[in-house]
Amino acid sequence: MPEGTGIGASVRRREDGRFLTGSGTYTDDINRPGQTHAIMVRSPHAHAKIKKIDRAKTLKMPGVLAVYTGEDMKVGGLPCGWLVKNQDGSPMVEPPHPALAQDFVRHVGDIVAVVIAETKQQARDGADALGVDYGVLPAVVDTRAAVKPGAPQVWEQAKGNICYDWGLGDKAAVDAAFAKAHKVAKIDLVNNRLIPNAMEPRAAIGDFDRATGEHTLYTTSQNPHVIRLLMGAFVLSIPEAKLRVVAPDVGGGFGSKIYHYAEEAIVTWAAAQLKKPVKWTAERSESFMSDAHGRDHATHAELALDKDGKFLALKVETLANMGAYLSTFSTCVPTYLYATLLAGVYTTPAIFANVKAVFTNTVPVDAYRGAGRPEATFLLERVVDVAAREMKMDPAEIRRKNFIQPSQFPYQTPVALQYDTGNYGATLDMAMKMADYKGFAARKDASAKKGKLRGIGMACYIEACGIAPSAVVGSLGARAGLYECANVRVHPTGSVSVFTGSHAHGQGHETTFAQVVADKLGIPIEQVDIVHGDTGKIPFGMGTYGSRSIAVGGAALVKALDKIVAKGKKIAAHLMEASEKDVEFKDGKFTVAGTDKSKAFGEVALTAYVPHNYPITELEPGLEEQAFYDPLNFTYPSGCYIAEVEVDKETGSIEIARFVASDDFGKIINPMIVEGQVHGGVAQGLGQALLENCVYDKDGQLLTGSYNDYCMPRADDLPSFEVQHTDKPTPCTHNPLGVKGCGEAGAIGAPAAFMNAVCNALGVAHLDMPATSEKVWRAANAHMARAAE
Amino acid sequence: MYSFDYQKAGSVADAAKAATGEAKLVAGGMTLIPTLKLRLAQPSKLVDLGGIRDLVGIKAEGGGVTIGAMTTHAAVAKSADVKKAIPALAVLAEGIGDPAVRNRGTIGGSVANNDPAADYPAACVALGATIVTSKRKIAADDFFKGLFETALEAGEVITAVSFPAPEKANYQKFRNPASRYALVGVFVAKTKGGVRVAVTGAGEGGVFRKKSFEAALSKSFDAGALDAVKVDAKGLNSDIHASADYRAHLIKVMAKRAVQAAR
Repeated sequence: MPEGTGIGASVRRREDGRFLTGSGTYTDDINRPGQTHAIMVRSPHAHAKIKKIDRAKTLKMPGVLAVYTGEDMKVGGLPCGWLVKNQDGSPMVEPPHPALAQDFVRHVGDIVAVVIAETKQQARDGADALGVDYGVLPAVVDTRAAVKPGAPQVWEQAKGNICYDWGLGDKAAVDAAFAKAHKVAKIDLVNNRLIPNAMEPRAAIGDFDRATGEHTLYTTSQNPHVIRLLMGAFVLSIPEAKLRVVAPDVGGGFGSKIYHYAEEAIVTWAAAQLKKPVKWTAERSESFMSDAHGRDHATHAELALDKDGKFLALKVETLANMGAYLSTFSTCVPTYLYATLLAGVYTTPAIFANVKAVFTNTVPVDAYRGAGRPEATFLLERVVDVAAREMKMDPAEIRRKNFIQPSQFPYQTPVALQYDTGNYGATLDMAMKMADYKGFAARKDASAKKGKLRGIGMACYIEACGIAPSAVVGSLGARAGLYECANVRVHPTGSVSVFTGSHAHGQGHETTFAQVVADKLGIPIEQVDIVHGDTGKIPFGMGTYGSRSIAVGGAALVKALDKIVAKGKKIAAHLMEASEKDVEFKDGKFTVAGTDKSKAFGEVALTAYVPHNYPITELEPGLEEQAFYDPLNFTYPSGCYIAEVEVDKETGSIEIARFVASDDFGKIINPMIVEGQVHGGVAQGLGQALLENCVYDKDGQLLTGSYNDYCMPRADDLPSFEVQHTDKPTPCTHNPLGVKGCGEAGAIGAPAAFMNAVCNALGVAHLDMPATSEKVWRAANAHMARAAE
Repeated sequence: MYSFDYQKAGSVADAAKAATGEAKLVAGGMTLIPTLKLRLAQPSKLVDLGGIRDLVGIKAEGGGVTIGAMTTHAAVAKSADVKKAIPALAVLAEGIGDPAVRNRGTIGGSVANNDPAADYPAACVALGATIVTSKRKIAADDFFKGLFETALEAGEVITAVSFPAPEKANYQKFRNPASRYALVGVFVAKTKGGVRVAVTGAGEGGVFRKKSFEAALSKSFDAGALDAVKVDAKGLNSDIHASADYRAHLIKVMAKRAVQAAR
């Protein structure tokens, strides 16, 4: 193996050169001959009937080619990918989701019409001139308000705005445990609504080839094959063979680019109508009001404890905001990605969760980095801190007392999942050491001398990643499989192209996946090219989300590489006149056991394409293999994060004094990239906890519709994170790489660790996110008033 | 943005002549350009002041400084003359926006725009600055008229802002975490004519003087002098970032910190 480029090496990201020098190719960089430009006309109202659309004036304007409305575009609706059932077994309410609004608009930003012109400026002028007459209707935006009697109804068919009323766990066992509880810790919390804000706004170009009848969609997507499937089969009725979806360089997704969006269908459909390419690129203001938002839960939870602080049972009631329409993954986020994680890293024997999904007149809500798992972790790790406070126990002690022990794996939780492996005490120990937990009291005193409040908080997270076994998700209501595909093409001179269904949009796959190939085939990493993001090149794929790329896509790659080696052995055996079973492959060489015979990988590759001396009757020429991998279980990364904060009582400002992370991601391919993923995730998690909040006014107008009001974390808001991989990793037991995935951990663990530190500093049981200075100031004042009493 | 005509003015006289009707002057463009991009303004013409050399530069005069209208925040921040005469003003300039804004945005543009959360209006009012225009000299107290409103008339171009040197001064800004504008900014100046305190970011009508603070601090220039002074939340902004009560509280906290830090 070439030194320093295989599995375990911190190889520098090969893709960064083009990203950092502006030579990447993003969707908006692509221009097709004869291209036209689309502007989406969006509803300024949260809920209204479209009384009339007068397009006469717009159609007369210079350069305007077409105005299309819902009356023109009578196609299928955007499908929801996951069917969730009510507790009584009946299916969820699944309202239509037209690409262009049909008669009604249901959130600010809902698309009423599209104006297409020769230039973007002309399209914009035409859109401004479009006369839309609305009959404004009452709107409901708040999650809790949506289920109150008399709330405005988003959909007639969803009574009380309920999409589904779902339950998981053994309610009777939970009730019995609560009846004999020593103490019950209770919490009411809001998991604040977030706007993803990928650096690259969404964009889409529809193209249509008159000669072949082939449609092409260029789009900012995390999973082009899924878009092809959903848009082709459900919305536009285009067979896969006539539809190509290309997702080129994509500038961040964080979940928001998983879903099939209306604009993709609109440009693809309009291009076929006009027989011209149609391009749309979101402005930042449009992104705020049309990208799927994240989180937005309101939850009540109770944790029952015995007199020693052992958890007896947990009950959770959550309202989850779906927005106005069901986005692709929306329904599974607060159910299968949330409630199934409520055991956390603890042995809580009985758990029951009731989740009601509600419709509101807001942008659809869907998976956002972590997707359900940050909500579960935040809830659980907050209520555990409340319990520690009530039991007068140290937060570390109460956690340790309830950890699932290494000897207990595989561990069946009461909420469906079976954890294969883990060592939660190891990451807790490491994080406490890194954070100098023991020295906190002295630091708190030092802060007090300066008139400041100091707090420390921890979170022990677990996540279910590598999403996931098709049979399992199918039984849970998924309408698709969740395997991954890899194709390995060895070229005649021994270089390799990998075609993977795992899309990369910042994760560094072009480096990590190439390391796996270099390692397994023993060839220089420079000989490996990773190709992704084009249904015209990649056999199939389920895309990138849920920290699944290396665990599922990487495993598919290993399976395909194994097939390459197996075929290579046959060829090498023939060349070396040996028995195939005596041929070994290591460090890029085929050798015959007990002899000095040897054939380099490149020689074997060349032989496969120049088969002059070849076992042609038994073996096809060529060296290209494909594999699909469908895992047997999720993977379960876990870890412990500790935050330390200092609060200015006078202003309520928080300084994050320290943030340490100790993670167990199992086997790690590229430690530097993994560390970067944790840094990014923690920054996003702290963004949610300290700064970010999506706010609508009561009429459904988005008040945080720009960076003037929506607060993204910036470098100077954050400390220098201390990130370490556990010294006692527990590799995944069921995938060939032993990997678990790392993309979401930071966003999952950070909010609870931070808020636990803030609550600790303030001496309060709970504070909702984000911990704005005013909220903190008020809490600090109330605390001082109590202390004075 | 909507389309518009563009004219690069060669002199202040040119600019004044061109800035009529629906035409707009553009200095650094840090507010105007985003406004245009959002189609929230539709000027017939932009008259660019960027080519008028006379408007750029900092002069030390009579113990104070006179800053040309097209001088960038970055230039003010690093000016030895400003640091010597009014260090608080250099620090204020260093804290405006981000590096890109500081290298494009100008003092004249900021003052003319009179954003209710901008920093310079607080400095102008607290230091008793004079706004020099193509027509006249206007005392800062008479210049800022309310939200985005100033005493400027059509065709009047700011050419410079003159700041007399205070005995002591300091500016304390509590930032809006999202926009990084002042949620509350308090400029305290101990001048020959008495103490002046100006507040930005908090008032419904933009920058204002806090007379009760001035009276207390004129008696005793000490942070403790403000303890007994009540700050009424009436007339203060309330929005998703901060209530009027919280802003009222912050005005006092920032003022006390400014007094403590004044030099």
